[in-house]
Amino acid sequence: MIELLVNSVSIPMVAFLIVSLIMFFAGVFGFLTRKNLIMILISVELILNSVDINFAVFNRYLFPEQMEGLFFALFGIAIAACETAVAIAIIINIYRRFGNVDVDNVNKLKG
Amino acid sequence: MEYTIYILLLPLFTFIFIGLLSNKLSHKTAGIIGTISLTIITILSYMTAFEYFTTQKINGVYQTIVPFNQLWLNLGANLHIDLGIMLDPISVMMLIVVSTVSLMVHIYSLGYMKGEVGFQRYYSFLSLFTFSMLGLVVATNIFQMYIFWELVGVSSYLLIGFYYTKPEAVAASKKAFIVTRFADLFFLIGILILSFFTQTFDFGILMSGDGSIFNSAIGTTFIGGSVLTWAMALIFVGGAGKSAMFPFHIWLPDAMEGPTPVSALIHAATMVVAGVFLVARLFPIYIGFTPEVLHGIAYVGAFTAMFSAIIAIVQTDIKRVLAFSTISQIGFMMVALGVSGYEGHEGLGYMSSMFHLFTHAMFKALLFLGAGSIIHAVHSNEMNQMGGLRKYMPITHLTFLIACLSISGIPPFSGFFSKDEILTATFNFSNGLGIWMTVVAFLTAFYMFRLYYNIFWGKEYKSENGHIPHESPISMTFPLIFLAAVTLVSGFIPFGKFVTADRAEYIIHLDWTVATISISVAIIAILLATALYRKPSNIPSKIVSKTKGLYKAAYHRFYIDEIYLFITKSVIFKGISQPFAWFDRHIIDGAMNGLAWITNWTSLKIRGFQSGQVQWYAYVFLLGTLLITILAIAI
Repeated sequence: MIELLVNSVSIPMVAFLIVSLIMFFAGVFGFLTRKNLIMILISVELILNSVDINFAVFNRYLFPEQMEGLFFALFGIAIAACETAVAIAIIINIYRRFGNVDVDNVNKLKG
Repeated sequence: MEYTIYILLLPLFTFIFIGLLSNKLSHKTAGIIGTISLTIITILSYMTAFEYFTTQKINGVYQTIVPFNQLWLNLGANLHIDLGIMLDPISVMMLIVVSTVSLMVHIYSLGYMKGEVGFQRYYSFLSLFTFSMLGLVVATNIFQMYIFWELVGVSSYLLIGFYYTKPEAVAASKKAFIVTRFADLFFLIGILILSFFTQTFDFGILMSGDGSIFNSAIGTTFIGGSVLTWAMALIFVGGAGKSAMFPFHIWLPDAMEGPTPVSALIHAATMVVAGVFLVARLFPIYIGFTPEVLHGIAYVGAFTAMFSAIIAIVQTDIKRVLAFSTISQIGFMMVALGVSGYEGHEGLGYMSSMFHLFTHAMFKALLFLGAGSIIHAVHSNEMNQMGGLRKYMPITHLTFLIACLSISGIPPFSGFFSKDEILTATFNFSNGLGIWMTVVAFLTAFYMFRLYYNIFWGKEYKSENGHIPHESPISMTFPLIFLAAVTLVSGFIPFGKFVTADRAEYIIHLDWTVATISISVAIIAILLATALYRKPSNIPSKIVSKTKGLYKAAYHRFYIDEIYLFITKSVIFKGISQPFAWFDRHIIDGAMNGLAWITNWTSLKIRGFQSGQVQWYAYVFLLGTLLITILAIAI
């Protein structure tokens, strides 16, 4: 049944890419417009995840016998995790210093 | 004679020592250190002279010896500048003159400068001057001479401006430095031309008598004269600047703003004769290859001698009278060099010039030190505030009289012998020049005795506040007595045995015709001065009112200073410097400022882009990426 579903219902590659595109631009939009650092971080995660989707999709559709794309996706996830950890640490420090996580307040490093 | 190096090193170390520790040393210590150092230098100089004149004579000719010579700057394959010591008759003679007068001035200053602010500074500068002057006279090459030439200029500048809180002294020091420096520019050009064509700076090679090194310089002509003529004339211009020859004489009278002992040392005895020494040093080249320049030197000297003697008659500041007298006497030396030949009797001019340099240094230093003693007593430089001082200052009076008689040319004082020989040499050259110089000798005797009578005789001394002039302390009278003794006896030195142009012995014969003439004109001049100035009378003022135009012109030194000021201020500053300054400020600076302004303006306009907002950057980055993508797709 499941096999049937997978084989018979053929989802075109473009559909995955459209989802990925929407995620990407939603991320970019969030990154540009949000002032809250947490929201910006979430937006960055969205961008990264949309890229991961692309990796997986291209691997699956174009080179099904190879695994590099999937590994890259995994790699991206790992990077995203690290990056989140670092970013959260920074955000916590910012919160301790300023009492909020509004990005407009963080301008003390400006040259 | 390796110890001669200490003659140079000792004053240098004294200068550094007193100069660096000037705040730590007391006045007395600084003065005594300077004087002791100078005493040692004087002893060494006398030892050098004794040893040189007794041992260095080979076949009746004094040899040039170089006890010390060190490569200093290598300019190429065969062109190099050395620093060293060269001894020959004139440099040894100058060693004696410089060290003796300097020692006397050191002793004298102990009394004269007592209690002055900057006493230690004064002594360190005196040592610097002594070092530079000694380095100048023993220079082994023309470039070393030039270095020390500038050093004496600097120390002269420092000492004239010693009272730096007095605006006149500051102005005088600047004037002296700028005028002599301006002349030194020509000197430098002359040196460069000479060394370029001969490929050497060394006096030994230049004076070797080997004419071949000058071939290229003689062969090349430039505006109607050979390059050698130009080089030697330019070198003389440098000497004329230092020796205050017309028209560079304007700095010397103003230099009298310095302390009087400094005037005695620098502006009477040693530094101002550097020009004479320079011509004497290069005399073999002048006489051998450019006699026309030598004749020019004679005429410049003769004109200057007459010119400044006329001015000296009407000056009222006693130090200025002496300053113009110095210029006039240096004119005598220049004339003597200019009319001189090379050998034997022909070389009388050279010998008499050096002789006069020697005797003049002694009696003119004596006159200046005497003037300092008088100024010390009456606190004024002006003649009309003196008079009748002979009762108060017997030693100063007597020594001053000796010096006056000597400069007037009365036997048996030293000035008679040297001046008489100069006149003889001049008459040998041409009768016209001889008569001209005899007239100058007449004027010399007249203005010296005008000075003498106005100071020591004339009207009685009247003080404004009950101040009674008194004789100076022993530290000041001792140099006077010593120099007076030298003036008394130095005429009998057989100078021709030691210093002659060809360095062979020359026996001086007094030419009694000339001697009679010169003695009688001197006596007439003295009698005339006695009649006019011994007792207060109104004859001088009558003469003044009759010759008003000439008197006024002479009193204002024939307006040479004003001409200089006009040329520099109205012609050079207004006509040349100001347009250049405008061009510099508006065009060159304007271009640079405009560049800076444009950069500034642009940065103001575009700096809004760099807000520091990462989100804004990301937005721009996104737009840029999209733009590139669209372009990539479209194309």
